[in-house]
Amino acid sequence: MYDVSIIGAGVVGCAIARELAKYDIKVCVVEKDGDVSNGTSKANSGIVHGGYDSAPNTLKAKLCVKGNEMFKQLDNELKFGFKKCGSYVLGFDENDHKEILKLYEKGTENKVRNISVVEKEFILANEPNVNPDVHSALFCGSAGIISPFEFTIALAENAADNGVEFILETPVTGIEKTEEGYKIKSNDKEILTKYVINSAGLFSDKIAKMAGMNNFEITPRKGEYLLFDKEIGSMAKSVLFQTPKEGSKGILVTPTIHGNLMVGPNATYVDDKEDLDTTKSGLAEVGENAKKTMPELDMSKIITQYAGLRSSMESYDFIIEETEKGFVNLIGIDSPGLTSSPAIALYVKDILLDSGMELKEKVNFISHRTPYIRMDRMSNEEINELIEQDKSFGKIVCRCESISEGEILDVLRRSIPVNSVDGIKRRARVTSGRCQGGFCTPRVMEIMSRELKMDMLDINKGNKGSYILADKTKTPKGGKM
Amino acid sequence: MTYDLIVVGGGPAGLAAALKASEEGLENILIIERDYMLGGILNQCIHNGFGLHKFKEELTGPEYSQKYIEKLKDSSIEVITETMVMKVTEDREVHVLNEKDGFRVLKAKSIILAMGCRERTRGAINIAGGRPAGVFTAGTAQRFINLEGYLPGKEVVILGSGDIGLIMARRMTLEGAKVKGVFELMPYSNGLTRNIVQCLEDYDIPLKLSHTILSVHGKERLEGVTVAKVDENLKPIEGTQEYIKCDTLLLSVGLIPENELSNVCGIEMDRRTKGPIVTESRETTKSGIFACGNVLHVHDLVDYVSEEAEIAAKGAMEYIKNGKSESGYTLTKAGQGITYVVPQKIKKCESEDKIKMYMRVDKVYSDAKIKVYSNGNEIFSKSFERLMPGEMASLNLNMKNIQECDTEEIVFEVEVL
Repeated sequence: MYDVSIIGAGVVGCAIARELAKYDIKVCVVEKDGDVSNGTSKANSGIVHGGYDSAPNTLKAKLCVKGNEMFKQLDNELKFGFKKCGSYVLGFDENDHKEILKLYEKGTENKVRNISVVEKEFILANEPNVNPDVHSALFCGSAGIISPFEFTIALAENAADNGVEFILETPVTGIEKTEEGYKIKSNDKEILTKYVINSAGLFSDKIAKMAGMNNFEITPRKGEYLLFDKEIGSMAKSVLFQTPKEGSKGILVTPTIHGNLMVGPNATYVDDKEDLDTTKSGLAEVGENAKKTMPELDMSKIITQYAGLRSSMESYDFIIEETEKGFVNLIGIDSPGLTSSPAIALYVKDILLDSGMELKEKVNFISHRTPYIRMDRMSNEEINELIEQDKSFGKIVCRCESISEGEILDVLRRSIPVNSVDGIKRRARVTSGRCQGGFCTPRVMEIMSRELKMDMLDINKGNKGSYILADKTKTPKGGKM
Repeated sequence: MTYDLIVVGGGPAGLAAALKASEEGLENILIIERDYMLGGILNQCIHNGFGLHKFKEELTGPEYSQKYIEKLKDSSIEVITETMVMKVTEDREVHVLNEKDGFRVLKAKSIILAMGCRERTRGAINIAGGRPAGVFTAGTAQRFINLEGYLPGKEVVILGSGDIGLIMARRMTLEGAKVKGVFELMPYSNGLTRNIVQCLEDYDIPLKLSHTILSVHGKERLEGVTVAKVDENLKPIEGTQEYIKCDTLLLSVGLIPENELSNVCGIEMDRRTKGPIVTESRETTKSGIFACGNVLHVHDLVDYVSEEAEIAAKGAMEYIKNGKSESGYTLTKAGQGITYVVPQKIKKCESEDKIKMYMRVDKVYSDAKIKVYSNGNEIFSKSFERLMPGEMASLNLNMKNIQECDTEEIVFEVEVL
């Protein structure tokens, strides 16, 4: 029997798993998909927000500001890559300026560090590609960027290194109350646990319902993004928001941690929790709005586009509570959920303590994670040392980003198993460059086939069913391929 | 040691350039290839039709490159494969990485860039919808079938009527897949006429001009696409949407010269060709660094790639002999009806030579002339029965014509008769 079973391996579930991994309890994470970070956590803006725009005295405000402050230390330990690049909320007229002053007030009330209202000259001196019609801005020095999926994967890997079990490809189909806690049912398994933590994101309402709690409803909100070539990645140095209007945060323009430029998201309510389709009109909206921030943005440099879904609710604030004895719900964790996630994990730990769980610190907790090997961050001498130890680092697989076979093997040999091309993509960045896998997909598949002893026909792009190859070609009579 | 010539890329352009330089007596030549064998993209082009101009016979891609590889054996050209060029500097240093020697810096008196091109992707043309498996560029599918022995899918829709798309329509049909149609945004095909006949018409595969794909459907694997007709402004026409069930979408929507190394080197680029700006000897804006083949501009026939590579080889040899040229240049400009002209600059010098100019037109023309103007005066003209964007046009310009007018700029224009 597990002490705690976490449902959902998104950033919130993995942050909780990593926090609980510090204690002498038996913890598992149950995930419907074949990989961690496969829902909302893989397709969002990747911003570590300052916390100035959350309504004061809400969980959102409190946990966002606290979470923000935890990132530096977390990055020291888990090495997922965090850049405190700062953010601007850009205003283009007097009305925007009034909103900016309100945001400044809110930020002060939320105890956000390092915020100030800045003038046009300051903005253009630091961000020369911003629309010269800019009027003023709220600058926040404590905001930053991360790769949301690398952060989630890092949390998961470190949790797994410390004994947390990840039970992947296991969709929860039912939850029953037992004498000692709960029985979580999946197609072919039953998991007995004292506590359930429902961090199922978009499906957290469905999970709560399975346990008889019917008063939650997630209304997914889609956001579409455009990703640009690294060639123009330095056009923005900080996160560039527009002044929020009518509840929308506006389209942002931001550098990514890997040096691309990203714009998005819009916000559209959708009915289907699996509707990740981009739309022609949505992408056009994103592109046009981004040009307000950066008129010189070259649309021919787009390398890919995608959509993510926010797990929103009608009510504003996060719901984090032990709704029934032994059943902790985390529902409506939309923005700033990524920033808040480490603080949410501490908050959940306190809920467990208050509920009477005994948490004794592990003596052998491994706080640090070995980062993925990144040759692009190494000197030529370091690269040569690496190749001397292991020749596979001299074999470049991905031409666009110069990623070696050694770097791919490294991500395949971690504590969270990887068995899809997209899983490798999110860890080693192969297929994510400007050719989008045109050249390297066959080679990545060959490496997977060899290393994981998989048949090429069984290799999926992502989840089950996303096969890449349909069949072998015809074999000439008497010949062999 | 300093090489006389380093050729970056061992595809058709790199092979022809290195061999030409060797034949003309240059020593210390090195070809650097990233794949494990020479030949570049020709290795997966197992269809015929290569070499008609160059060798007056119909060869497959591997046969075409093999002709060069055979000659290589009798030369003193050094070849390193499975080696990635990480950087080329303007001082003609070539930074390379491989398994055997790790990271090294090589030096050269001259460099020829011959990195080829890559395919435009779904992201680049912004097709909306889901992101299921089953969407491939035509070249990736070609590699899976011809080199790896796997069939990517069984019910296929092809977007774009570029040559690779047409070739793949036939190839997948021969492998037992059902190709439901080739959809082309423009009112004309970008592929060679012979490919439309031999790859589509012979197999009853419909070619739908003025059509586009609005959306792709499917969560895990592709389930279908929505296509629609477009109007003269290339905008989808309401009410013409059609859902087509398929498990595979191949994209043949254009090729982009692969100029990451050129960009990092600081070489000036032509926005239209997406390749370096070059002189008639194919010298880039960095002296001693030349470019040829599809890295310079996308060719439709490999024969022309080889031809251009030989020009670059001669240019590199002349550079080694005479050093940096101090002469001025006449710029060549694309005017009415022309999308680009290569070379973009011609040296102002005494010469009896003719210069072969390559260009593409913006749409289909019948009975037209390409005229060359200097300061408004016509200095040359050539008639064409038919001009189309998918087929590169060329004309031989007399150097004398240019010298006589001693102009800063000549303009190329299409004139319909």
